[in-house]
Amino acid sequence: MAEISTSSNSFLRHTAYVMRQNPVTLVAFGLLAFLLLCALLGPALVPYDPLASDADILQPPSWAHWFGTDQLGRDVFSRVIVATRLDLAISMGAVVLSFVAGSILGSIAGYWGGWFDAVISRGLDMIMAFPLFVLAMGIVAALGNTIENVIYATAVINTPFYARVVRAEVNIRREAGFVQAAKLSGNTDLRVLALHIFPNALPPMMVQVSLNLGWAVLNAAGLSFIGLGVRPPTPEWGIMVAEGAGYIISGEWWLALFPGLWLMLAVFTFNLLGDGLRDIVDPRQRR
Amino acid sequence: MSNRANLVGARLLQAIPVVIGVVVITFVLTRALPGDPAAYFAGDAADEASIQQVREALGLDKSLPQQFVVYVGDLLRGDLGTSLSTGQPVLSDLARRLPASLELTLAALVLSCLLAIPLGVMAATAPGSWRDHLCRVVVTAGVSLPTFFTGILLIYVFYYLLGIAPSPLGRLDFIYIEPDPITGFYLIDSALVGDWETFAGSAKQLVLPATTMALFTLAPIARMTRGAMLQALSSDYIRTARAAGLTGTTILMRYAFRNAMLPVVTTLGMVFSFALGANVLVEKVFAWPGIGSYAVDALVASDYAAVQGFVLAMALLFVALNLIIDLAYAVIDPRIGFDG
Amino acid sequence: MTEISRRSLLATGAASAAVLPFLRALPAQAQGSDVLVTVNGQTINSLDLHRTGTNRPSYQVAINCYDRLVSFGTKPSSGGGLEFDYTKIEPELAESWEVSDDGLVLTFNLRDATFQDGSPVTAEDVKWSFDRAVSLGGFPAVQMKAGGFTRPDQFAAIDEKTFQITLDFPSKLAIPDLAVPIPFVINSKLALANATDDDPWATEYLHQNTIGSGAFKVARWVPGEQLIYERNDDWASGPAPAYKRVVIREVPSPATRRALIEKGDVQVSFNIPSKDAAELSDKLVVNSTPIANAIYCVGLNYNFEPFQDADVRKAVAYAIPYEAIFEAAAFGRGNPLWGEETDRSAIAWPRKSGYMEDMDKAKEHLAKSGFADGFEVPFSISLNQLDWMEPTALLIQENLAQLGITVTIDKIPGANWRTASLVEKRLAFHLEGFGGWLDTPDYYFFWAYKDGHLFNSSNYRNEEIETLVDTTLHIPTDDPAYEPNVKRMFEIALEDLPRIPLWQPALNVALNGATDYEFWFHRQLDVRPIKPT
Repeated sequence: MAEISTSSNSFLRHTAYVMRQNPVTLVAFGLLAFLLLCALLGPALVPYDPLASDADILQPPSWAHWFGTDQLGRDVFSRVIVATRLDLAISMGAVVLSFVAGSILGSIAGYWGGWFDAVISRGLDMIMAFPLFVLAMGIVAALGNTIENVIYATAVINTPFYARVVRAEVNIRREAGFVQAAKLSGNTDLRVLALHIFPNALPPMMVQVSLNLGWAVLNAAGLSFIGLGVRPPTPEWGIMVAEGAGYIISGEWWLALFPGLWLMLAVFTFNLLGDGLRDIVDPRQRR
Repeated sequence: MSNRANLVGARLLQAIPVVIGVVVITFVLTRALPGDPAAYFAGDAADEASIQQVREALGLDKSLPQQFVVYVGDLLRGDLGTSLSTGQPVLSDLARRLPASLELTLAALVLSCLLAIPLGVMAATAPGSWRDHLCRVVVTAGVSLPTFFTGILLIYVFYYLLGIAPSPLGRLDFIYIEPDPITGFYLIDSALVGDWETFAGSAKQLVLPATTMALFTLAPIARMTRGAMLQALSSDYIRTARAAGLTGTTILMRYAFRNAMLPVVTTLGMVFSFALGANVLVEKVFAWPGIGSYAVDALVASDYAAVQGFVLAMALLFVALNLIIDLAYAVIDPRIGFDG
Repeated sequence: MTEISRRSLLATGAASAAVLPFLRALPAQAQGSDVLVTVNGQTINSLDLHRTGTNRPSYQVAINCYDRLVSFGTKPSSGGGLEFDYTKIEPELAESWEVSDDGLVLTFNLRDATFQDGSPVTAEDVKWSFDRAVSLGGFPAVQMKAGGFTRPDQFAAIDEKTFQITLDFPSKLAIPDLAVPIPFVINSKLALANATDDDPWATEYLHQNTIGSGAFKVARWVPGEQLIYERNDDWASGPAPAYKRVVIREVPSPATRRALIEKGDVQVSFNIPSKDAAELSDKLVVNSTPIANAIYCVGLNYNFEPFQDADVRKAVAYAIPYEAIFEAAAFGRGNPLWGEETDRSAIAWPRKSGYMEDMDKAKEHLAKSGFADGFEVPFSISLNQLDWMEPTALLIQENLAQLGITVTIDKIPGANWRTASLVEKRLAFHLEGFGGWLDTPDYYFFWAYKDGHLFNSSNYRNEEIETLVDTTLHIPTDDPAYEPNVKRMFEIALEDLPRIPLWQPALNVALNGATDYEFWFHRQLDVRPIKPT
């Protein structure tokens, strides 16, 4: 079990290797770059004001409106692109929060065990014992319909997923030979935990991150579907799909399809990234 | 064996604070919801006096601690209260709706596992191959769409356009009479009494919603299987086993798969819990009379008793589920200790 | 409720076995003309309208399973089919009735009718039912009060078949208020047999059981799923319904409901979205009846400082893009209420407001006001009524932005909406959609323009309106003071503008394979007249 090399050079070389080995990961990184570009430059690039209504309501896709127009005549293409920034912010914000919280809680519980473990594990069980989507709904409904609250709610329901993975991985290894060796050579508990044990939890966590980025977007979309999302008229994929879904049967498929495709693209990207990230950070696959 | 019994007992003891915590948090959360159920349920043209009457009838004029004491007292007597939205005792609502949700979720999970685990194992045996990539793309596509969108799309295509799916009217078309409740699972109940027509009818109704949910749960199971298998296959004991000359299939199934089951079972538990909660939206689309849609409606209407009862039921379900997962852990991986 | 087991259903004879072929799935069209299947999106939460907490969709049970003393007649509707005629009172359980010269004593002669358990309907039953309606409180008591019925001592059973009401004052609303769903007649003997000391009005029993003399009884009720009516073949108060069994299926997703009615798997889809109504009207029969005495309007709260300024209110009224809203939110269903009133009579209501979209006038008024630089205001809409409120709010938001009025849209959850908008009346800028059951303009004004009254969500108070409504509410419509009073109310309300009318909404109902739907003011499905095509 080698100690993690901190040389950025070898990290980059390894990343390049993984990319060459795995074209799907390469595609995923390309898509991520594209989405980030949309998020950064989108509002400056779109052809229409995403909030401006127009008399041409419910127009099918055309040269003037690539993704058609919605029930108020707003340009769906512009709204989809502009929404990228908000949706990425929601999912990444939520995942970063839950990743950090979950890592800390899981490490403490798994490494020190005893009372720490008991309290943290029961606390996490408590969250897990809630039906997660309904908990998220409850939090947003109780705290109010704002983007921050959607992020907090999503972070809260995702935290146990990380914490449990980390706890299990740390628990398995806390008595392992390489840990004992590191301790005997004078490393503090914290250092052993952070540098020797925790990295082993990263590969399964990366899979979680990738899934959770996607779930976070879907979670926000679900909240929108029952009316607890962002405030209108702010464009957001979830709410656009949710509203558009009601128009599928009546034939205005573009209202849900394009935001849905974009949402799918984002979730797809995040999910595909998972395996790639896992390969990159897996210490055992390094050579 | 007594060791195992102790373990179960210890786990149940640990569950007590969890359940108490859930009861307290739910109570606080429901009371923090904006809105006044008394005004909501007093009716359209109710004036202040009649709203006050409703408030008193519901016991909402009391202080929060008093309300909590009343609530806990009722709980201890096994009384979950009466739902305002359905007008029924919460307990009977849950008893009727929980099997509906469980039937849908389990059907979806079985469908999903049948596809996902072989896919994951297949992908792990040849990482980087076209099969691996195809598997990734397929399962990822499934999880990338919101369930309500997939659901409506399936209805549109298979019911509205092609006409091969039955009308999305819940668990049974109205031309069937629901089977006598034994377990509450229509499939099981109708099979038990040998009523295969009703069995077929409810199976047909189940196909589209279960497919919707299965598509959504394919990805976590498949990728956890793949990830865990990869990790297991690259581990020292597999190398040892290979060095010792064991055949590929034996290694795969007997050693690697068994070890990979640990994270897969965890994931399954999580996916089950997540799916049961996320059912909400599928239930809405397919008019499925489960607990998910019940909870959402209750939450939106600030129907306290229904929300509390629902969360409590789910929490108890989870405690049971976690216990099963932990036991499965102990069976699969003897390294895990339960001293904590 | 009467729990029907599988066996008892099987035992109901050959007719129902043919209706419910459990063992074979027949295509919808082949089900025969005995079963009507309807869908709606809401949950019926009680079989007893008088019970505390009974929601609006449950009112249909009172309509279909119970009789009232009187009912309204019908007339052809502008929305297709028939609608109730407020001017014509028709007998239901009462065969005939007399009103004393001073208008204070109403005497009803009951027809020979039986409850569904075979016992005769007596004046004693009517009295018990009316006592119950005024005693249990909540909305039923409020609605009874509108007709002048407040205390049990006003009701008397003179003999077996004669029932008498004594009013405290004569009112034109008294007899019409007996035709609303609230004063339905219950089998009091059966109810009392199931009453307890804690529950003298048998609310628990009536919550689960229908024990009336009406056209149907509830054979099966699974809240959140379905309710099944079964015809009462001995119904005496009207022509026998065409269907033996009516299934009310609850389907929450409007998209699914649309697919079902379009495919013909259900015969009636009740209260469909305006957009579906507009699009389905080529293929199916769609009735879009403008709802009597109902107005969708913008509420300007007088507690919010800028809205105390008459010029600000007018600026808002001229800035609203009425036409665009009517198209985007109502898909042209209902009646426009902007522009000048030319067609309708001087006291017709709802009527056009005289305002229209005119940004120049809006700017003029705002410039004259104390808020020439604009202001910020939250615009509240209900999560339960997003279908019309959201597009309306967005279009208003866009136009007001041009005036410098910054609007942020606030979605308020259903449970909170009533409290915030109607009870606490704290929403500065909001949408409101009150409709009065009794169809006279003064009745609308009583609820929506009088200070402190429930639907006056704008905290509006005008002394002249207060007196006008009080003096007009109970006088007959042919009283010489009536017309001038009502005209004056319109004048003041449209000048002061606490509520800016947008349009008169329509109730859309799609039929596929059924006919003879009637629109009723209570906006619930009356299944009694519906027939197969």
